[in-house]
Amino acid sequence: ILVSVIFSPPQNYPLYIRSVPTENELKFHYTVHTSLDVVDEKISAMGKALVDQRELYLGLLYPTEDYKVYGYVTNSKVKFVMVVDSSNTALRDNEIRSMFRKLHNSYTDIMCNPFYNPGDRIHSRAFDNTVNSMMMQVC
Amino acid sequence: ITEICGAKRVGYFGPAQFYIALKLIAAAQSGFPVRIESIKNELPLPRFMALKNDSEVRYGTPAELHGAKFQVPHANLEKNSYKRTDEGDKQEPKSPPMSPICSPPASPSTYQRIPLSYGYGKSRSALEQQHGAPYEVRHSAHQQDGPSSGNYGAKPALASSTLNRSLSVEREQLESSAHYSDDPWRITEEQRDYYINQFRSLQPDLNSFISGSVAKNFFTKSKLPIPELSHIWELSDVDCDGALTLPEFCAAFHLVVARKNGYQLPETLPETLLPEYLQAASLKPIRDCTRFDSYSEPLPGSQQTRDFSRMEKASAEEVPDNSALLQEAKKGQEDKQALKVSTALKTIPKEFQHLTVKTAAQESNALKSRPRSRSYSSTSIEDAMKKGEEPPTPPPRPQKSHSRASSLDLNKIFQQNTQAVRSGWLPPPPPALPPRPSVSQTEQVSEVELHPQKNRPPSQAEENTSAKKEVVLAQPPSKPARRKLRTETQGLETPELSPTINVTSSLPAVKPHLPVQKQSSKQKRAIQTAIRKNKEANAVLARLNSELQQQLKEVHKERIALETQLEQLRPVTVL
Repeated sequence: ILVSVIFSPPQNYPLYIRSVPTENELKFHYTVHTSLDVVDEKISAMGKALVDQRELYLGLLYPTEDYKVYGYVTNSKVKFVMVVDSSNTALRDNEIRSMFRKLHNSYTDIMCNPFYNPGDRIHSRAFDNTVNSMMMQVC
Repeated sequence: ITEICGAKRVGYFGPAQFYIALKLIAAAQSGFPVRIESIKNELPLPRFMALKNDSEVRYGTPAELHGAKFQVPHANLEKNSYKRTDEGDKQEPKSPPMSPICSPPASPSTYQRIPLSYGYGKSRSALEQQHGAPYEVRHSAHQQDGPSSGNYGAKPALASSTLNRSLSVEREQLESSAHYSDDPWRITEEQRDYYINQFRSLQPDLNSFISGSVAKNFFTKSKLPIPELSHIWELSDVDCDGALTLPEFCAAFHLVVARKNGYQLPETLPETLLPEYLQAASLKPIRDCTRFDSYSEPLPGSQQTRDFSRMEKASAEEVPDNSALLQEAKKGQEDKQALKVSTALKTIPKEFQHLTVKTAAQESNALKSRPRSRSYSSTSIEDAMKKGEEPPTPPPRPQKSHSRASSLDLNKIFQQNTQAVRSGWLPPPPPALPPRPSVSQTEQVSEVELHPQKNRPPSQAEENTSAKKEVVLAQPPSKPARRKLRTETQGLETPELSPTINVTSSLPAVKPHLPVQKQSSKQKRAIQTAIRKNKEANAVLARLNSELQQQLKEVHKERIALETQLEQLRPVTVL
């Protein structure tokens, strides 16, 4: 179970949302949006270091389910949020970091595309493929 | 048959007419009378001569919209191709073996949709007999947009690509690349030339990038939806740097063209559109030369034009290879260019074993693409272009410094040759030597202009390439330049265009046939000579500049003096 979302600055519009198991998607969306607050809080807390590779780690959000929410912020204040199932204990911190790095690289590639306007939803097929492959890896 | 199926009345072969016509052909071949009722019989598939596949034509039923649609674009494409008269010659011989219905092809003026019964159904490999003029896919696409926009299925692009393929296949009977004919993602030489011209219009330096915004504006003009353009960009910008190099641009352009023809975009970039492949495409032919005795190079003239690149080599294939190599070198990225060009030049005739020395993948690619180049002119243009492209740095300074002439001239010469061949007439008999750019280029341009309609896109390519070559050639000599020198020296032996050689003769150009091993030292010398000459030219220009500045200052002083005088005199006169 993995959900990844990209939010764009400054209004935090979701540019991209992808979750592997499609049920309960709304719940994940809600979780992700609430986690944005925590992200912003952390950003303001950080002084000079703007790039935060692993920024948010939630333990149990609800007693009935457990999943971890990770956050990542780029230099341009683009936020990546990833929700993983806690039952998937194989995922370690380093793996999360590498996943964020891959996401970031793919996002940069999208940015290089002159036909992409920053702030648009991301429809890139290549990006989708990257995210899908990443998610398949986890699940 | 034409009359019966209604083409005469309608004025063109639409899908319905086409199907009916094919059915009637089958009927006639089976011995049935040619009447409308005949099509109601159970007929075998019509047989068309000289086609590889036997009666695989999927005609006969109106359900074969697919095939018909395919044919239509073919027809249009044929139209375009026939416009190129120089290629038309080649097509004439092909038309006879074609089925009778396809008789019109020889007349470019008949803008009827010539039913290309060469079956799309007969797999693409069967397109050998088809008219082969490389056409401008985009060109035809534009033309087709009007009447046949509605008819395009997923096949038109395929048709055009297969047409290209068939053309190249025609040339390359020995080419073992039967798989080529099935690949709609291969870029033919003519397409490549066109793309390169477009690249040049956006960015004079073929070795540099087109920035994202420039490319965006350009591709937006193609009127494809933005998401598709975005996807095309993603596919073609392999290094994801936000800019398009020449091979990336060619790939992107090719994808746009394919898309406009109704072709679905692939999810990943096809192998034939990879930048490395495109760059190496030119290199490949050389290696193929060793393997294939004879490239089915189109016209002897084209062969002749290529001859200049190879003296000893009797087979014409080499020339195209060289040109292809050169061209590929041009198209390559800067870091790869020199290597490719050098390897390409190395393989220049005589030393075929050197062909294998080339960077494997690139060269194989180049060679592969080489056989497909159908038009001699395009190959020679490629040669010229490649040569022109070798020097990495941009600014064009065409005639000015003949110090760099060796490489420069070589390119121009190749270019000229190409252009001449392309025009279909070789007023100087096939230029064995690449004509000196300054001299020959103007000639070529005039020649090209004489055949505007015919060679529209090709001549554009040629002119562009020649202009480009100038630009590129003016760049500081580099390895590719050295190679060109060497080729040039080799080519010098052929008498053609010797008068134009005078410029290059100043170079240590007239070198004896050197073994490849001495190439590097020769090239070094040539480069050093070129460097020296450039420096001298620079010094001369700097001096001239300073002198002119001095004159300007003096003139200013005089002017000021005169003005003060005027001021002094004025009160007197006023009083």
